[in-house]
Amino acid sequence: MARDPVLSFTERGIYCAAGDFYIDPWRPVDRALITHGHADHARWGHRRYLATEAAAPVMRHRLGGIELDTVRFGEDLRIGDAEVSYHPAGHVPGSAQIRVEVGGEVWVASGDYKVAPDGLSEPFEPVRCHAFITECTFGLPIFTWAPQAEVVAEIEAWWRANAAAGRTSVIGAYALGKAQRVLSAVDPGIGPILTHGAVEATNAVLRAQGVALPDTVQVTAEVRGKDFPGALVVAPPSALGTPWMKRFGAVSTAFASGWMRLRGVRRRRAADRGFVLSDHADWAELNAAIAETGAERIFVTHGYTAAFRAWLESEGYDAAIVETDYEGESLDAGREEEAVLAE
Amino acid sequence: MDQVTVTAETMPEGGFARFVALFTALDQTTKTNAKVAALAAYFRDAPEEDRVWCIALLSGRRPKRMLTTTLLRDWAAEQAGLPLWLFEESYAVAGDLAETIALILPEGQGEDTASLGDWIGRLQTLPKLEEAERKARVLEAWARLGPTERFVFNKLLTGGFRMGVSAKLMTRALAHATGLAEPELAHRLMGGWEPGRVTWEGLVLCPDPGEALSKPYPFYLAYQLDDPPESLGDPAEWAAEWKWDGIRGQLILREGTHYLWSRGEELMTERFPEFAAALDLLPVGTVLDGEVLAWDRAAEVPQSFNALQARIGRKTVPKKLLAEAPCVLRAYDLLEWGGEDLRARPFSERRDILERALADLPRAGPLRLSPRVPFESWSALALARETSRDLRAEGLMLKRLTSPYLSGRKKGDWWKWKVDPLSIDAVMIYAQAGHGRRANLYTDFTFAVWNGAPGESTLVPFTKAYSGLTDAEFRKITAWVRKNTLERYGPVRSVTPAHVFEIHFEGIQRSTRHKSGVALRFPRMARWREDKPVAEANTLDDLHRMLEAYG
Repeated sequence: MARDPVLSFTERGIYCAAGDFYIDPWRPVDRALITHGHADHARWGHRRYLATEAAAPVMRHRLGGIELDTVRFGEDLRIGDAEVSYHPAGHVPGSAQIRVEVGGEVWVASGDYKVAPDGLSEPFEPVRCHAFITECTFGLPIFTWAPQAEVVAEIEAWWRANAAAGRTSVIGAYALGKAQRVLSAVDPGIGPILTHGAVEATNAVLRAQGVALPDTVQVTAEVRGKDFPGALVVAPPSALGTPWMKRFGAVSTAFASGWMRLRGVRRRRAADRGFVLSDHADWAELNAAIAETGAERIFVTHGYTAAFRAWLESEGYDAAIVETDYEGESLDAGREEEAVLAE
Repeated sequence: MDQVTVTAETMPEGGFARFVALFTALDQTTKTNAKVAALAAYFRDAPEEDRVWCIALLSGRRPKRMLTTTLLRDWAAEQAGLPLWLFEESYAVAGDLAETIALILPEGQGEDTASLGDWIGRLQTLPKLEEAERKARVLEAWARLGPTERFVFNKLLTGGFRMGVSAKLMTRALAHATGLAEPELAHRLMGGWEPGRVTWEGLVLCPDPGEALSKPYPFYLAYQLDDPPESLGDPAEWAAEWKWDGIRGQLILREGTHYLWSRGEELMTERFPEFAAALDLLPVGTVLDGEVLAWDRAAEVPQSFNALQARIGRKTVPKKLLAEAPCVLRAYDLLEWGGEDLRARPFSERRDILERALADLPRAGPLRLSPRVPFESWSALALARETSRDLRAEGLMLKRLTSPYLSGRKKGDWWKWKVDPLSIDAVMIYAQAGHGRRANLYTDFTFAVWNGAPGESTLVPFTKAYSGLTDAEFRKITAWVRKNTLERYGPVRSVTPAHVFEIHFEGIQRSTRHKSGVALRFPRMARWREDKPVAEANTLDDLHRMLEAYG
């Protein structure tokens, strides 16, 4: 009888038969190994969860009283007949790639990942494997990120110019990850920093686990822009353009997202500025990360899967597309808008 | 007014870099004031030759495409070390060729001291070169320019350069920069001047009067009247005319020659040779504003817009076509008379002179007076308006008797009061993604009506439409299209017939090219009829009845 593959792709999620567990499943299962706390990876309704120590507080905050075991990065676990370990994915604080070894064969499910260090998340660690499950949210050669320091300098210049002109700077950044990345990277000396409640809730969780963030003021019903001249406001992208913004008076708006690389998306979002800042690997980083695993078999999950798979095939890999419920095809505006929010 | 500051962190050295900085500033804001301020700053401090080029680019005088896009794709893919198919995939996502090339190539050096004029000059030599030399020059430019500069360069190269600034905003910015009045500037920028041959001084600051011979006056444009006409006050203060469905034209008769300009500032003199005869009918120093129409000389009524369309498409006119679709100008305003600019005079006075000048002109000639529609009350005029389609008019124009001839679109004195559009409820059957800002959104739809007996009727496509919905509605329909695609034909998807849209259009004509047998004029989506079941959409018979009535 043929041996089961180390991981297989089922309608509930990525499944390990040897250990009888799922990785980032999208339907309720008995045992779920979770790469990170974003909603499309850490879902409701599983009986038992396993995640990194650093990812756990956010998951508890978001999912409530779940049964959650934790693991340290690099710690070796044995689950059934599978050897399992978690390795930094560099996507958001606590995010992991999950390495699964069965009978000497190694597979890695990478969840979402970012190769360049962001000063906040545990830096991405390449893991050697036979088969690598990769995202390709930005798996096209038009997606290339400038170094973070350059982008941060642009954000700071924008903030300073707004402050000088008496405008409040409002930046849309996803509440878990991107928001804290912006907060930890910008120079807090430029002016006061205000946060939307959704961002501040995540800040509180991360501060409690020792993540260093600058002082922030949560925007409550009483807060008015005129009381905080020259402020930077960090809010979820969905808050931009809503009546919530009125309190700030004259504003300049911006989004921080990899999608801002595209002029069409930038213009459609109708913000004043778009900063190209992503928590996913760009084209070159995806290719480099895949090469570094040494894997011959590559499974591409979400993003520009058809083009990226064909590219990997042309590069000599054995590549296949796996349909998952992660962020999905981004070609379409409907999904793309969601992806901008969720990224 | 909002505080506006131009964020020029470091003023770039080269003229092209300065222009790209302007482009970036315009692209980064959605606020009109910020755009005007950025442009005004450019018109103050950019090299003078570049300012003229900038005006040219913003007023539609952009250079033609210098190279085929096929070549550019090949070169860019090769330079990036990527297979062409992957380039194409990327292009489909970015939705813009110039942008795809700019993004996909390795980082450029960003060192450049040339001016905008220099770069355009270089581009204009390309078509004369051998292909290998052209390629070498384009690759060199790509390697030298930074990403945004590369994008702008590619836009100039592919002839598709737009900056999201109207001629009106540009004129306002020029007024800020020079202290000259907007209408005067608008007039100076009209006509057939060529960037590269005219200086900033000669074009903007103090134009040579000799140059002005062919120059048209800026057109005065009306807004649509949305309120009831009673809102305009006493009917005795107003004149009404039919609004014709032709091409707005300005006929200039000066010093023994004539010029015919379109509203889009296109010189149409060669296309409409019949207007040479106007020189025999009116004195020189005359400028008429009116509508160019294909004319039924026997019945003395306009022909359909289709007939005119055949004329618009031809640079030179064959005799047969000239006989079949002869054109006239139905004049409704007089801008210059005896060499004197009349635009500041009241409409009633201009109109009186016009009517006297055009009285008793021979029918064989190309000039007709567009008659006034007399009326005593707004309600009587509303009744007259209902007859517009019978006269092949689109509705009425309302003009205040005291109004001067202004420039551009202004509210207050002139209004167009069109008849209600024709309307039909149709089923969406195909969808295609848009371009540019709407890339990745499904915005171009094909609509169908029912044909055949109940129970066995089929959907027959009859029109496409791609405007009229809000961005939110386009997002919603895009998400629906994705989930309800039946088949893909390249970029087009056929979808489950499930949604009814109210299509508005201005006219309907018989067409042998379409399966439905009709062609619509200005079709657009007026409403998404989410309340209406597909079975209740209109039928082909309904369309054919409209054709009988209005075709």
